[in-house]
Amino acid sequence: MSIFSKTALMAATALTLAASPALAQVEIQWWHAMTGANNDVVNKLAADFNASQKEYKVVATYKGSYADTMNAGIAAFRAGNAPHIMQVFEVGTASMMAAGKAIKPVHELMKEAGEKFDPAAYLPSVAGYYSTVKGEMLSFPFNSSSTVMWYNKDAFKKAGLNPDAPPKTWPEVFDHAKKLQGAGYASCGFSTAWITWVNIEQFSVWHNIPIGTKANGIDGFDTEFKINSPVHVKHWANLAELQKTKTFDYSGRTNTGEGRFTSGECPIFLTSSAFLGNVKANAKFDWANAPMPYYPDVAGAPQNSTLGGASLWVMGGKAANDYKGVAKFFTFLSDTDRQAKLHTDSGYLPITTAAYNKVKASGYYKDNPYNETPLKELTNKPPTENSRGLRFGNLVQIRDIWAEEIEEILTGKKTPQAGADAMVSRGNAVLRQFERTVSR
Amino acid sequence: MEKRTVFSSYAIPAALLLPQLLITIVFFYLPAGQAVWQSFQLEDAFGTSTQFVGFENYQILFSKPEYFKAMGVTLIFSSAVAFMSLSISLLLAVMANKHIAGAGAYKTLLIWPYAVAPAVAGVLWLFMFQPSLGMVSGVLKTWGIDWNPLLNSNHAMILLVMAATWKQISYNFLFFLAGLQSIPHSLIEAASIDGARPARRFWSIVFPLLSPTTFFLLVVNITYVFFDTFGIIDAVTGGGPAGSTTTLVFKVYHDGKSGGDLGLSAAQSVILMILVVGLTAIQFKYIERKVSY
Repeated sequence: MSIFSKTALMAATALTLAASPALAQVEIQWWHAMTGANNDVVNKLAADFNASQKEYKVVATYKGSYADTMNAGIAAFRAGNAPHIMQVFEVGTASMMAAGKAIKPVHELMKEAGEKFDPAAYLPSVAGYYSTVKGEMLSFPFNSSSTVMWYNKDAFKKAGLNPDAPPKTWPEVFDHAKKLQGAGYASCGFSTAWITWVNIEQFSVWHNIPIGTKANGIDGFDTEFKINSPVHVKHWANLAELQKTKTFDYSGRTNTGEGRFTSGECPIFLTSSAFLGNVKANAKFDWANAPMPYYPDVAGAPQNSTLGGASLWVMGGKAANDYKGVAKFFTFLSDTDRQAKLHTDSGYLPITTAAYNKVKASGYYKDNPYNETPLKELTNKPPTENSRGLRFGNLVQIRDIWAEEIEEILTGKKTPQAGADAMVSRGNAVLRQFERTVSR
Repeated sequence: MEKRTVFSSYAIPAALLLPQLLITIVFFYLPAGQAVWQSFQLEDAFGTSTQFVGFENYQILFSKPEYFKAMGVTLIFSSAVAFMSLSISLLLAVMANKHIAGAGAYKTLLIWPYAVAPAVAGVLWLFMFQPSLGMVSGVLKTWGIDWNPLLNSNHAMILLVMAATWKQISYNFLFFLAGLQSIPHSLIEAASIDGARPARRFWSIVFPLLSPTTFFLLVVNITYVFFDTFGIIDAVTGGGPAGSTTTLVFKVYHDGKSGGDLGLSAAQSVILMILVVGLTAIQFKYIERKVSY
């Protein structure tokens, strides 16, 4: 390169730098775990925000699965270069809450940045999940879902069942599943993804029975599990019995078995309401969803359901001006029209009451009732001590332990009672371990 | 007479050793030392508070029956994988060493899987054997086998052993092939002339002469199964069903990653390190005697 062109290049670079507004822009790093259609939603939100103002630039980066994203964030924090915003799934909530100075509580952030922020504007069952006992919101609810029962209407017709009257109770589900097996669905009458989320966490909340003491851990780290109650044990006994004939067939610990519904193998499948996009794209049959089943002999059931999905955590130790940008971005996300559109586009729940009412008023749910099922479940009854939410440290690890015991029960290696007792004792050991690390 | 290079000072030999020493220190001794140090500490996932707790992590570890179960699983898994991968690759190497058309292509194809990442290898096998959608499980079903690695621990273990073995065959194959090619033809020809049949020639001449390679591969394979298989386990079974495929190294990875408990995870890796060092020492002391170089 000649001296002349080098100088010219330098001059040109200097000029562009001076002229570009990017120089003054503050970058906000946002790590997330959204794939497919929901990844597009995230990128569009960032792009729209960046176009709406000049001061800040949100950079959205996909970091793998929920667990991967959380681990990447933790590792980055330890290395001193954490992102500003990190999407953490609901299971990681307790661990994040205990993270002390590693996080910046959202209520504090909004106050310091002078952004208008009213916690009461958010759906109580959503905001409650991510708030302290005093009602201070710690993380910003982003994508929320709940468990619903998906069913194959064509299969129901084939088995002589009414496709517009889905089973309401567990005994009805068992009965339907047996009939469906006779109509050509022999390898799987019904199944569930997220075996522990659906059959322990949501199951307990929906039946208004405690998962653990201290309001499911919300009131303190010294909580103990209660999931070996007669109702829990009865449910495991039923599933273990039905597993023998594949009326119920186990589909694994996470949601990798969801394909069994869309492929038409399992005609009844309990999983997240956010399965919607996948069902729309892949199911080549007439489908619908319905609220989770319950045992009619349990007093007060069904109660209300609890959340799945994720929230946005703000990491600690950043500059005040960066936090201002994050706060502006959260205000942008809370906008009623934007929330309403997010809800109808992604299948995730609206997080503000105003957005829910707006979608309701538009008549959207008349044509798309399956989008309202999780909302109806969440708001079915005013939450109780047992149904407000749950907060257990190291729940990711505990879920694996529970799944191990469930696998023992379903294969008949342990009785339902022995398995449930082990879930409690082994789960408690992890809770004590968590308490040990956070309380010193 | 001994051949010996004599250096006039310590500077040159020290300089020649330095790069290797540096690499060993930076990539082995420092991390290993850090693991030992971390195993005596209690730390939250974010590292905001750290406390010295002595042997508490070890006490907790040995009070758990799951840890001993994982040891048993590791024993079964490692012996199955080491035996399978060594015997299959030896068989393939002997075949490929013959003068056949297209031997080069066979060799390339056999070496190929070594370049596949463990997690990818795991997912590949997972897809083939997925109970409701997998191709192989479909065939198994028509044979009347109710293939279900999600609940049947034997099926899960078989699947893992296959995936881990497949991944290691290429490496072993490469060494066995090189070992076979270095055996002088004159020896085998002489045996043929004496009337030894192929099987006899193999067991009496080829196999003993291959013993240095076999011994080296045995050590490498055991180390591979002990340390490098957590990616495959994570992708294929996640340690399930009911902990029946949770090996020691998977537990290290899992307790540290999803449990966020680095102290306990470090304590496990220290024990694993001691186990593998001990195992290798035993191999060198007792098995190496049978090796003729």
